[in-house]
Amino acid sequence: MNWTYWLPLLVVLTSLVPGVIIFALPEGRVVTRTVLNLTGAVLKIALVWLMMREVYAERNPEFRMPLVQDVDLLLRADALALLFVSLSAFLWLLTTIYAIAYLERSPNRGRFFGFFSICVSATVGIGLAGNLLTFVFFYELLTLSTYPLVVHRGTEASLQAGRVYLRYTIAGGALLLTGAVWLQAAVGPVLFDGGDTLARADLDAAPLVAIFVLLVAGLGVKAALVPLHSWLPVAMVAPAPVSALLHAVAVVKAGAFGIVRVVYDVYGIRLTDAIGVAGPLAVLASITILYGSVQALRQTDLKKRLAYSTVSQVSYITLGVTILGASATIGGIVHLVHQGLMKITLFFCAGNIAETLQVHRIDELDGMGARMPWTMAAFTIAAFGMMGVPPMAGFVTKWYLGLGALEASQPWVIGVLVGSTLLNAAYFLPILHRAWFRRPVTPFPVRRGRLETHWALLMPPLVTAAAALFAGLFASAPPSPLEWARLIAERAYE
Amino acid sequence: MTLTLWYALTGVALLVVGVYGLVSRVHVLRQIMAVNIVGAGVFLVLVAGAHRRPSGAIDPVPHAMVLTGIVVAVSATAVALAFARRLRADADERTDGAAREDEARAG
Amino acid sequence: MARRERTRPVPADAPWIVWTVVLPLLAAPVAFVLGRRGLAPFAAASSLGVAASVAALAWQVAAQGVQRHRLGGWGAPLGIELHADGLSVLMLVMTAVTGVVVSLHAHGTFGLGGHETREPSGRARFWPLWLFLWGGLNAVFLSADLFNLFVSLELVTLSAVALVALAATRVAVAAALQYLLAAMLGSLLYLLGVALVYATEGTLSLDELARGAPHASVAPPALALLTIGLALKTALFPLHFWLPPAHANAPTPVSALLSGLVVKASFYVLWRLWFQAFPGVAPFEASMLLAVLGTGAIVWGSVQALQATRLKSLVAYSTVAQLGYLFLVFPLVGGPGGLAAWQACAVFAVSHAFAKAAFFMAAGNIRLAAGHDRIADLDGIGARLPRSFFAVGLASVALMGLPPSGTFVAKWMMMRAALESGQAWLMVVMLLGGLFSAGYCFRVLARAFTPPTDTPLQPVPGSLDAAALALAVIALATGLFVAPALDLLAIGAPDVAGLGQDGPR
Repeated sequence: MNWTYWLPLLVVLTSLVPGVIIFALPEGRVVTRTVLNLTGAVLKIALVWLMMREVYAERNPEFRMPLVQDVDLLLRADALALLFVSLSAFLWLLTTIYAIAYLERSPNRGRFFGFFSICVSATVGIGLAGNLLTFVFFYELLTLSTYPLVVHRGTEASLQAGRVYLRYTIAGGALLLTGAVWLQAAVGPVLFDGGDTLARADLDAAPLVAIFVLLVAGLGVKAALVPLHSWLPVAMVAPAPVSALLHAVAVVKAGAFGIVRVVYDVYGIRLTDAIGVAGPLAVLASITILYGSVQALRQTDLKKRLAYSTVSQVSYITLGVTILGASATIGGIVHLVHQGLMKITLFFCAGNIAETLQVHRIDELDGMGARMPWTMAAFTIAAFGMMGVPPMAGFVTKWYLGLGALEASQPWVIGVLVGSTLLNAAYFLPILHRAWFRRPVTPFPVRRGRLETHWALLMPPLVTAAAALFAGLFASAPPSPLEWARLIAERAYE
Repeated sequence: MTLTLWYALTGVALLVVGVYGLVSRVHVLRQIMAVNIVGAGVFLVLVAGAHRRPSGAIDPVPHAMVLTGIVVAVSATAVALAFARRLRADADERTDGAAREDEARAG
Repeated sequence: MARRERTRPVPADAPWIVWTVVLPLLAAPVAFVLGRRGLAPFAAASSLGVAASVAALAWQVAAQGVQRHRLGGWGAPLGIELHADGLSVLMLVMTAVTGVVVSLHAHGTFGLGGHETREPSGRARFWPLWLFLWGGLNAVFLSADLFNLFVSLELVTLSAVALVALAATRVAVAAALQYLLAAMLGSLLYLLGVALVYATEGTLSLDELARGAPHASVAPPALALLTIGLALKTALFPLHFWLPPAHANAPTPVSALLSGLVVKASFYVLWRLWFQAFPGVAPFEASMLLAVLGTGAIVWGSVQALQATRLKSLVAYSTVAQLGYLFLVFPLVGGPGGLAAWQACAVFAVSHAFAKAAFFMAAGNIRLAAGHDRIADLDGIGARLPRSFFAVGLASVALMGLPPSGTFVAKWMMMRAALESGQAWLMVVMLLGGLFSAGYCFRVLARAFTPPTDTPLQPVPGSLDAAALALAVIALATGLFVAPALDLLAIGAPDVAGLGQDGPR
């Protein structure tokens, strides 16, 4: 046992321990809290970097602790896990900086940052889970730790949103648990091993399909698959950093990531293909993509439009995974990162606009480009990325998805991609047009200070926008998400 | 039909009467008495069970159990009666209009 | 000589099993006669002493296996025989951990004088009664024959009833009386069952009963009587009527002890009888009936908890519901995966004890601070009583059966056993119960986020907050320590895997 044995656990603890300490701190200890948060976040990135080197060399660090009978609490870093974990670690740092500025002088910050840290720990735990029980363990923890963030403001609207959120996620958790227990009862402990356990067990197709449906339904709630998506737009009442985190990283990604795990690592590609569940799921994902975009088009509230856009975009991941081909896999997995970078940028920007100028509706955005040029520039980059304009990150995703669809001879997927791109353009371009090419109806309040808003609110979206831009521009350079996704796909399809 | 069986059946009959009394009566004293009748029935069955050795000798174990059981039953009855008195005293006090805060306490 | 002794920190052959029972029973009368001045240190010393004795016994069992002791050299049937295996030790540890933390809470509560009890003597009466209760609980978990179990259960009942009445309100006394009558009836039915067993089997020792083939014609009715009596004491639906008023109106530390520990004692006896003393006697239908009643408990208790207007009654009804889970396991033991179900039940009992006691303590703190515990009027209490409310949150996680609590792991094991033995409906019930408990827990938890009101709050002593929070943290962390608990349970565990469900072995 060497030091790398403890790496996966340490990565989880770097946010869990600060979270627990923050709960114990008095509300007024702002500096201590900030130092704890940032130290944890930086330390996590450093540890993830170390882990990445291990995984690249095909030495997957693995931590286990006996939990019950034959099942361990297993944290294991493989390539797919790291893609998700490094994204979470990176965005956690930025969101923390953003949230510290965003929540300046608001009450209950101790509680907020405590749960925020627990939430990230759960996300990282989901990423590193090496078997189904561990996954469920952290998945439920994520549900619990995000509820206080959704209802943080304590208004009647946020409590109502919290109720809706709980109803969906707890029911989803129950479905996932059912599927997990069933699978465990049928074949014993389920490792994320590319489907070897199930392939050896030789079960009938009927229970396999039923379990698959249960698992995907449970995960689909968080991944906002239609018709399980309704909680997401409602949860928009939460503070902007929460929306950014929930929508870009933690919750929806946990669901999407879970679906990837189920298809690749629990069932395996061969079995998923054999029992014929991939096709229907791909259709469902396509419906979600189109439905989310149509709904987004109808929203007048900026955050709500972004929320429906999330519903749509996250399903690209599911779609890529269910087409079942190397290229489509690359497209789906890389979108896990791309969508995260782009969507968090959009939410940061929406938060900036709301926080600085109290603007929430799209028709109030006229002339915003002149008033907040940096924010709108970041927004524009992310929006073009979402539409899939080359050479942005979103284009890379769509390119590989389309390529994969053709390889798997499912040309209808191209139709979905084209339709969705047109809809994306239809709901993003008017925003950009208003911001850059129209004059404000009533002049905006005069800016105080040199920057258009607090530096800590401005820096995170600029960094993520730049990351999204580079992820597309330098898609073929070695440390890019695309190369990493290619590595995963190669290992999955070898 | 042996004498022992008679004892046992009488015990069971007492038990049934007691349980009926306990569930059908509302008055506290009657309930306490009903439980004691159940106790008497059970003890009777136990004593009847002591007469079982072919030699005719009596098994001391059930007797020891009955004795312990009676001690337990008596102490429980004493506690129950103490509660009943307290409730009664409380009710009297209440008519004087002194213990209104009780209600507030009970929420 | 002295040097040689120092090399053995814990005397390996000391009868810790005896001390575990005798120490609290000896301390109780001393606490009764002790004046008020020396009471607090004495109570603290005896609590820690009992806990230390339990720890030593646990170490002994873990190192040397099952422990037996005949008090004064007398054997069964007249003497008192003690017996400690893994299950007993787990229950003793549950009692000791909960007991020590609740003692801390009680020290704070009864030190206030006048808030929880009308009479200032509440404190002087609490300690002797609680030590008697603790001794009784330990005796239940260590008794090796049916009659000693009866006596120990009575000791538990009488002291528990008296503790409820410490609240000194009319409602509490009435609830205590109802509790006492129900418990007495339960004891008498149990005693009748004991009489039948003795008349036919000629022994009361659990071990001997387990070894001899049970008398096919008499054993089932005897077991039925024992079961009904114990179910009444455990408050199994629909025999639960006495529980909610008693648990909701008792002084807070007492509620915590009652809901966490006392109901587990009678359940523990039931558990021992079904799977150790009379394995395979009960037909499968009987265990099914218990599971159906357990389902009823979950549904009924949850529905009542969802409608409760007072926080403490919500918690009390939640106990009714959670006890239902323990009964769901009966048809699972004996099927494939039965051992896991048997273990899961013990794990569930322990983590529920921690969670429920913590919940009650926190609810009591809230009540103390606000002067009432009407759920509808608790807006913003979370911001003003953060530690107690956090304890409510953590305990709720355990009650909902979510990770990382022990109940999550226990439910996982139970569900798996349910599927492995082809009784999927039990799994559905467990899932439903989890959703229900989420429903009633979040009724309370949502209050944490509402803006605070201006109504004045009474200050809550730090020890009360600390006790609730400490036990809640323990409850939440139990899930990570299930594996060592299972190792402990394996010591002297009955061979439940080999149990046939139909007819004698």
